[in-house]
Amino acid sequence: MTLHEPVTEPSAATTNNAIAASGCGLNIRGLHKILGGRTIIDNLDLSVNEGELVSLLGPSGCGKTTTLRMIAGFLQPDSGSIEVEGQEVSHLGAENRPSAMVFQNYALWPHMTVAKNVGFPLKLRKVSKTEIKDRVEAVLELVSLLHHKDSKPARISGGEQQRVALARALVQEPKLLLLDEPLSNLDAKLRVKVREDIRKIQQELGITTVIVTHDQEEAMSMSDRIAVMNAGRIEQYSTPEALYARPETEFVATFIGSMNRVEGSLIDGLIGAGSGILGIRPEDVILADSPFAGAVPATVERVVPRGHFQEVYVRRADTQLRSFVSGELVQPGQQKYAGIRKAMTFRDGRLVAEAGAAL
Amino acid sequence: MSITPVSRARADSSTRRPPSLDSILRSALVGLFVILMLVFILGPLLWLGVRAFAGNWTFPNLLPDDWTLRWWQVVFNDGALGIAVQNSLFFAPLTVLVSAVICLPAAYAFARFDFPGRRFFLISLFATNAFPKMGLFVTLAALFYALNLMNTVLGILVVHVLGTVVFMTWIPAAAFAAVPRNLEEAARDAGASKLRVFASVTLPMALPGIIVAAVMSFLASFDEAQGTYLVGAPDFMTMPTQMYSLVLNYPTQVAAVFSILLAIPSVALMLSAHKHILGGQLAEGFQIK
Repeated sequence: MTLHEPVTEPSAATTNNAIAASGCGLNIRGLHKILGGRTIIDNLDLSVNEGELVSLLGPSGCGKTTTLRMIAGFLQPDSGSIEVEGQEVSHLGAENRPSAMVFQNYALWPHMTVAKNVGFPLKLRKVSKTEIKDRVEAVLELVSLLHHKDSKPARISGGEQQRVALARALVQEPKLLLLDEPLSNLDAKLRVKVREDIRKIQQELGITTVIVTHDQEEAMSMSDRIAVMNAGRIEQYSTPEALYARPETEFVATFIGSMNRVEGSLIDGLIGAGSGILGIRPEDVILADSPFAGAVPATVERVVPRGHFQEVYVRRADTQLRSFVSGELVQPGQQKYAGIRKAMTFRDGRLVAEAGAAL
Repeated sequence: MSITPVSRARADSSTRRPPSLDSILRSALVGLFVILMLVFILGPLLWLGVRAFAGNWTFPNLLPDDWTLRWWQVVFNDGALGIAVQNSLFFAPLTVLVSAVICLPAAYAFARFDFPGRRFFLISLFATNAFPKMGLFVTLAALFYALNLMNTVLGILVVHVLGTVVFMTWIPAAAFAAVPRNLEEAARDAGASKLRVFASVTLPMALPGIIVAAVMSFLASFDEAQGTYLVGAPDFMTMPTQMYSLVLNYPTQVAAVFSILLAIPSVALMLSAHKHILGGQLAEGFQIK
């Protein structure tokens, strides 16, 4: 498996000045794990800069949670090394690692109050009572939960429980913060707010963070870089913009954002027979009432309202395409002209060419 | 709008309808059954309660001729009976302690680890309860004679602990298994050693189940009669074994008094722990897979 370096495009470098930092927050080399006869993690390499927020993104079963658990120390890798800020940790038990984890269902201890939950890691480190009190109150203030410090976890809402779990991790002042699907148990509106809060706190404190998620929107909105995983391997490790604009593999192209996937090749704006697979982003399918260069007559088959835009399914002579249209509303049955502005060609799963037409 | 009056009328009519013959008969039968149960269960207890305070009681009077506290004095003044009470109160807590020390680690192992023979061991714990007690104890006595354990404190302790093994293993095992693993992992992530995790997270959360098991074990030891009689008599007499000689040598009133004394700890413990027992801990305890 080759080491995936960030995409060295001008856009990537300028958007991430903060990451051009000194140290390496997390460095994983050759991580390998076999479970039940199957290779769950296949020789994985990952390098996270200090202060960076990186997401491990992928479908269920891709190995992202297994990777996170190996970083945290709950699972021993078969081979490979894990270094946190230069210190090798793979031989250490979970209790001795400089990382702190926020669990998917928060894992708050029900027999302890919020303050005791957050203070427990400090108690284990034999910190003085007054210092525990000060640090617990400071971090509860940071997540806006000071008013609940004497409540039991059962009495507070799901979103508040998650903030307590986050506070409990942050109070340890860890070198590495790990989050396992932090937003999956929250409802949609709360998710947007909480992910912004997490990002804000993470940037304020400058903690190296790794998030595991299956939600690409979540990953795109929070991360400095995203490692897209599939079947135990990282397929691409880049900034969100680079992943979207230049997916290196077919899997990444279809996983991130929406994609029209058609077999064949693009010749003069028409899709004809070919050995490759074309990937066309819906926003690159242009619809108009009158013909334009490269456009082909198309009938609107189905329209899905999405609020500020419409998902329009049009059928051309060569294939059916999905398009994102904003502005004037489109109705099913209408006759339009559809042209392809940009198409990516994949062969054997890898990106081989990009063809575009100025429309 | 026209729907509301109709439904209201329907509701009214159902409350005003006279009860059918069918439902009267059913409630009558249920009532009769309940009364019968009360008579059979409470009857002897009531008789016992009255007997303990009875002076002269001639048949067929429903209540004694005169009431007295004499028999209570007899019991409290009798040295042998006092020693029996002392012994019972000595063995029961000790049994719970020894049983806990032996069985709780086993319970944790059953809950958290999968090892060859796990199911076999779990079910074989029932073996002591599966056989008729006297048969079991007679065989045990043969072993004790060989090991010189007859008429010793250790021998009696072994007999008592045997009766508590099922309680002290199955119920705490279910309680430990019910502690979510991610709570233990969170404690390790926070920096706790495995022992600390057990003390700060697993044990406190499993405590209700363990307390139920301890109460059941206390009662099992307190009421243990046959094995103790076989192994302990005549040197070590506990309250249940003392009952045998009481019934033979004293008037029934004394036996009645002693029965009540014997029942007091059981009732007291049951009342104080009933919240947990009713709360399903006991039922949950026998659900471990």
